Amino acid sequence: MSQKFTLNVNGKPNTIDADPDMPLLYALRDDLGLNNPHFGCGLAQCGACTVHMDGQAIRSCITSVSSVGDAKIVTLAGLGTPEKPHPLQTAYVEEQVPQCGYCINGWIMTAAAFLATKKKPTDAEIKDALTGLKCRCGTHISILKAVKRAATMMG
Amino acid sequence: MTKFENTSSFSRRSVLLGGGALVVSVGAPMTLEMLASMQSAHAQGVKPPLTPDQLSSYIAVNADGSVSAYFGKMDMGHGLHVAIGQMVADELDVSFKSVKVIMGDTATSVNQGGASGSTGVQFGGKQMRVAAAEARRVLVEMAAGLLSTSADKLAVNDGVVNVGGDKAKRISYAQMIGGRYFNVQLDWNKKYGNPLYAPGKAKPKKPDELKIVGQPIKREDVAPKVFCQQDYCTDIKVPGMVHGRMIRPAVAGAVPVKVDESSIKDISGAKVVWDKGFLGVVADREWDAIQAAQKLKVEWSSVQPPFPDQAALYDHIRKAPVRKSEVEKQNGNVEDAFKNAARVIEAEYEWPFQSHASMGPACALVEIKDGHVTCWSGTQKSHFVRQGLAAMLEMPTDKVRVIWTPGPGSYGRNDADDAAMDAAVLAKAVGKPVRVQYMRDQGTGWDPKGPASTHHAKAALDASGKVVAYAFNSKGFSRVDVNTNGSKPYDTLAGQTLGVSLHSGDGFGVPAESYAFDSKKLGWETIPPLLDRASPLRNSHLRDPVGPQIHFASESFIDEVAAAVNADPIEFRLRHIKDPRDIAVIKAAAEKANWQTRPSPRRDQTGNTVSGRGIAYAQRSGTRVAVIAEVDIKRSTGKIWARKFTVAHDCGQIINPDGLVKCIEGNIVQGISRTLWEEVTFDNKAVTSVDWLTYPILDITETPEQVDVVLINHPEIAPSGAGEPSIRPVAAAIANAIFDATGVRIRRVPFSPERVKSALS
Repeated sequence: MSQKFTLNVNGKPNTIDADPDMPLLYALRDDLGLNNPHFGCGLAQCGACTVHMDGQAIRSCITSVSSVGDAKIVTLAGLGTPEKPHPLQTAYVEEQVPQCGYCINGWIMTAAAFLATKKKPTDAEIKDALTGLKCRCGTHISILKAVKRAATMMG
Repeated sequence: MTKFENTSSFSRRSVLLGGGALVVSVGAPMTLEMLASMQSAHAQGVKPPLTPDQLSSYIAVNADGSVSAYFGKMDMGHGLHVAIGQMVADELDVSFKSVKVIMGDTATSVNQGGASGSTGVQFGGKQMRVAAAEARRVLVEMAAGLLSTSADKLAVNDGVVNVGGDKAKRISYAQMIGGRYFNVQLDWNKKYGNPLYAPGKAKPKKPDELKIVGQPIKREDVAPKVFCQQDYCTDIKVPGMVHGRMIRPAVAGAVPVKVDESSIKDISGAKVVWDKGFLGVVADREWDAIQAAQKLKVEWSSVQPPFPDQAALYDHIRKAPVRKSEVEKQNGNVEDAFKNAARVIEAEYEWPFQSHASMGPACALVEIKDGHVTCWSGTQKSHFVRQGLAAMLEMPTDKVRVIWTPGPGSYGRNDADDAAMDAAVLAKAVGKPVRVQYMRDQGTGWDPKGPASTHHAKAALDASGKVVAYAFNSKGFSRVDVNTNGSKPYDTLAGQTLGVSLHSGDGFGVPAESYAFDSKKLGWETIPPLLDRASPLRNSHLRDPVGPQIHFASESFIDEVAAAVNADPIEFRLRHIKDPRDIAVIKAAAEKANWQTRPSPRRDQTGNTVSGRGIAYAQRSGTRVAVIAEVDIKRSTGKIWARKFTVAHDCGQIINPDGLVKCIEGNIVQGISRTLWEEVTFDNKAVTSVDWLTYPILDITETPEQVDVVLINHPEIAPSGAGEPSIRPVAAAIANAIFDATGVRIRRVPFSPERVKSALS
């Protein structure tokens, strides 16, 4: 039943043994110890599990490990570090966005994929790019400020 | 003889602090014995018992001069630890960055009530403040002895005590007590939880002496979150740990009668734990546990579907027998006034069950090892969960440690305490540490719900239009059907499924305002739960417990009376409100929002999109909030955009203005969500709102374009709470704005597009 998969995550190959149907989320969290993608719903409805797959923001809770193949996976930990932060990470700290913070993975990873392809987005374009993501603490106002700040930083 | 060894270092008149040597100038020759006796009065090497009457239970000075503040409450995302650190630093005269606030670990803090009722600063901070003040007093007294002077000649800068500006004569906190413990008794009021209070002899500083309180210091826990350096409770792993998942019935109230373990025999390491109504599985790998929970074949008992049709919910409430009633406030003779009234205005309002729907379903890890229990949980009340685990596992409380670890969001008694208890039952059964995380449908479908309610309001006017009587009564499910913490197995799903005796409590509330009418009567009635055991519609505290529903009704009704007498909603309120701080927040909000005095509704709009403004205000345990909502309504769709909010907020002394603004913004956004979208749905058998599609919340595209917050600071008034008060008036402010825009009064939450469209047609 279980098979070997080699996943390219944050620039490194990792071989795991897993049920082919197992969502990537559990491979990242339980096998690779990358805790930043969170389990929020398991239904692709909230975004807490978002990672980049070849630059696209995808929901790792519904993406089976067998469907990943050679794709390059990047998690929030691979997006930036305190020494070399992604502009969104800087903006999140500057704007003091999170409350509980459990959702931030989804917002930052989704916004990062969006801002990589869209320069100088309008407010409406930012909102449309982020629609569907959930934040239960209601930090919406700060999220939008941070994404706008990052967009400005990224020119 | 740690104590002796430490004091001996002073006899050499030189100690190391940080990287460099500091010379301690001691005025008069002292013997080793004198030093030792002076110090032992206040400090010792062995930690005193962790009890509320010991200073060491709150404050410690570490060897490096940093200060640990042990706090029996915890932060739910508002940066409470920053505020507590500011209060402690100010009282101790140390830098803010030298203070580390350690929250909610039962091994290092006493039971200060957990995150509860917006009392983090109000009660928790009050205690930490007096403890820090006492620590400073004691340290200065010690320094006076060591520097051979009197305490009143000493000043403290950044943890160093000096003699009136004489840099040669100084000694640091770290030199005196670093790495050891205060041995100082406090005057404890013998209460645990929120009311716990244990001052020392010292008085806290006067407001004008504070330098760090009031500063907009940023949260230091944001960067670790965005750089993936901080563990949530969902991330904790221990050796030998297995994963657990719970299985809930499709018909509420059913219990397993047959469990076919062979149905999961192909799943590696999967085991069933079944006892009466308690049914869970464990497996070595998380995905396997999820698979096992889905594949396990279970035959459930046949029970009568326990719930009414949802469409009949409010009729059920109106007709249900009253289990408990209370008149909380009364003045004058309301009954006579209504008999003699020239005009009576009457309305009824309805509020649905709502879910915490935390960002992630609850998670807990329980390890039972060598006679000790350790639990990692995102609970709001670790000390109470400790008691619950001890009772459930039949262990002495002092053998149980609950380590609060940030969880996936919490707004009251959500599913966290249930998860801790379920993990404990599983861990005991399988003899291994068990990590349980609920699935989404369990997090939203099976968390304790905010109660559904109806609210009846009535006002009597005399011939001149003056309000001579006001009666307000809520009738609904109890806010404490299950209690606000998991200290008793009967208040948790594990205990209830295992068949313990039930103790459903009764409680609701009344409007918190200062309308001075000639006669007034405010009361409530509670009704029995729809299902008394293991119900997905059991009720407990959800952010600002019963506040949003009561004030939706009461502040909508005040608006209705204002409209009935053709008065401006603010002018009408100010006619009757007597409390000066209430008046001040309303005036501040009105001024900031540029409120134009006129009665509602406006009658000058004809297009498809119409706009309106509405005000509502409330008190909450000392805090006052006024909220003005400005909304746009698309008549063709019924869709509302709560576009702009102006909030005036007075919670006494402000500890951290930036943190406070963020906290208020979150309250407003969650309040909009609760008002426009949120309603637990159910059929006769079960809760049917089980994910984000069936339990929608406010989307980012619906974010208000502007939230203006006016903070009214009263440094001379002890701080009250901010975690919940500003969610309280949001629903009424929106309802009043809809009325202003359309002339239509909507008396049932949520204001979904369908409901609004139908109300407008």
